Amino acid sequence: MPRAGPSLPRLGVALGVLLFAALPLVLPTYQVSVATRILVFSLLAVSIDVLAGYTGRTPLGHGAIFGVSTYVTIYWVTVAGGSPWAGMALGVLAATGLAAVFALLAVRTSGVYFLLLTLALGMVVWGVCLRWSTVTGGENGLRGSVRPAALASQVSFYYAVLALVLAATFLVWRLVRSPFGLTLRGIRDSESRMRALGYNVPLHLFIAFTLSGMAAGVAGAAYALFNEFVSPTTVSLAQSVQGLLMAIVGGVGTLFGGFIGAAAIIVLENTVSFYTERWQTVMGLMFVLLMIFAPEGVIGRGLALLRRRR
Amino acid sequence: MEDCLVLDDVGVRFGGLKAVDGVSLRVPAGQRRAIIGPNGAGKTTLFNAVTGVVRATSGRVLLEGRDVTRLPVHARAHRGMGRTFQITNLFPRLTVIENMHLALRGLSPRRFALLGEDRLDAAERARVEAALGLSRLAGRLDREVRELSYGEQRQLEMAMALATEPRLLLLDEPAAGLSPVERAIVSDIIRALPRAMTVVLIEHDMDLVLSLVDWVTCLDNGRLLVEAAPDAIRGDARVQEVYLGKARHDA
Ligand SMILES: Nc1ncnc2c1ncn2[C@@H]1O[C@H](COP(=O)(O)OP(=O)(O)OP(=O)(O)O)[C@@H](O)[C@H]1O
Ligand SMILES: [Mg+2]
Repeated sequence: MPRAGPSLPRLGVALGVLLFAALPLVLPTYQVSVATRILVFSLLAVSIDVLAGYTGRTPLGHGAIFGVSTYVTIYWVTVAGGSPWAGMALGVLAATGLAAVFALLAVRTSGVYFLLLTLALGMVVWGVCLRWSTVTGGENGLRGSVRPAALASQVSFYYAVLALVLAATFLVWRLVRSPFGLTLRGIRDSESRMRALGYNVPLHLFIAFTLSGMAAGVAGAAYALFNEFVSPTTVSLAQSVQGLLMAIVGGVGTLFGGFIGAAAIIVLENTVSFYTERWQTVMGLMFVLLMIFAPEGVIGRGLALLRRRR
Repeated sequence: MEDCLVLDDVGVRFGGLKAVDGVSLRVPAGQRRAIIGPNGAGKTTLFNAVTGVVRATSGRVLLEGRDVTRLPVHARAHRGMGRTFQITNLFPRLTVIENMHLALRGLSPRRFALLGEDRLDAAERARVEAALGLSRLAGRLDREVRELSYGEQRQLEMAMALATEPRLLLLDEPAAGLSPVERAIVSDIIRALPRAMTVVLIEHDMDLVLSLVDWVTCLDNGRLLVEAAPDAIRGDARVQEVYLGKARHDA
């Protein structure tokens, strides 16, 4: 963009990266794994934000895209006996292909229709994973040691995931700031004007959806190595909803908000569930409070305050 | 002279309503044409049929001799059509310069560039500056469009259509709701358009219209009522009856 970003957000990103890089030095091993989970889901939230924040279309099927990548990666290693790297590549490929199919069906819709259509497509994937038990293991899912030997320790695995998630997020960030990314925000604001200016709106949405699915697939492949277990829960609606909530909590349309949202929700889940079994109720309440006092999300709120100060 | 736009018996139906009813007209290349008519006459719907926002339910639309009746909106833009909207249609959450970028990129392959920042080359910058200079928006580049005044938004509406350098420019009530000073700016902009550009203008303000155009088409109830030179149109009894007469009643 011609408008140079304010330096404070840049500082924030730099601090965030430093913080994530320093975490394993201060955290006990168990919590390093929590931090790894945060990174994986941050990328899922970032991928969702490409659609929710930039094209103005809220997807509820990204959990399925994410989880299919997890399934393919684990299947490739545990059943087909292939290498984890090839498994991840195949997982991302499968997620991208699935996203392209979702996109073909969904790009001509918007608003609640888009939401419901992506939700329905995600449910289909969930149903297939549940029923096609010869391949997916049905309800029992697939389990096995997937992580390459070089990444056996929690800390080295954490840094590998950090590198992967940062690289993917960097590419997505470049994408949303590119000329193509600007067309997505144009579509969000006025499709009819975009068409009149010569843009093939469904084509742009198709590309955005497919690339967003690819990013979700990268997260899903990392999740395969992290969790070493996959079941229909991974592709369920709850997964899509959680990813979306993370994007919303951080701030839709801010991209990096995904990291804040994922951290907030996962940390809360881990601390609250330690004290009470009703942690979902507590989460619900927190979400309601956030929507009342900062509907634009944590980063969205921060940016709004910053703008007012200038 | 070659015709830029030809409508051949174009009709648009909404259910039982014939919003446009068998309109045939020719606009020669380079002409300034006004389309007038009372509220609900079908002027905007006719624009929509020309640009593809609605499909003509009958008849044909020819642009520079080629049939575009079945083409989608964006493909017609690539054939050289540009338009403005009666109801301001901008990108409110983007800045003025971002709006201009989108206007410029619609016809350029750079719109698919996935990585990297958007930079204008010298020729593109000149186009933006020319379009914004005409519209008096040059000092507002980094403002979000929703923060602009209504008059400024209307000017941006024009500037964006100009930046695409269309061969056929369709202006739907560009001066609607503007102050007399702002109207003068709009008519200056239209007067300064390159002579090779064909311009079709919908406008209610007779003084503005008649000082700007070569030829006037009057619609009523979706039908073509009269076509005449601007001086003849004022005195035309049928036009006075449906248009000026009605306007007087409304006032
Ligand atoms: N999408 C639509 N669906 C149904 N009816 C429509 C639609 N668009 C326009 N109409 C109707 O078609 C008729 C012509 O409308 P149109 O907007 O073309 O008139 P206009 O000449 O532009 O009027 P104005 O001067 O008020 O802008 C009106 O009766 C209008 O209600
Ligand atoms: Mg109209």
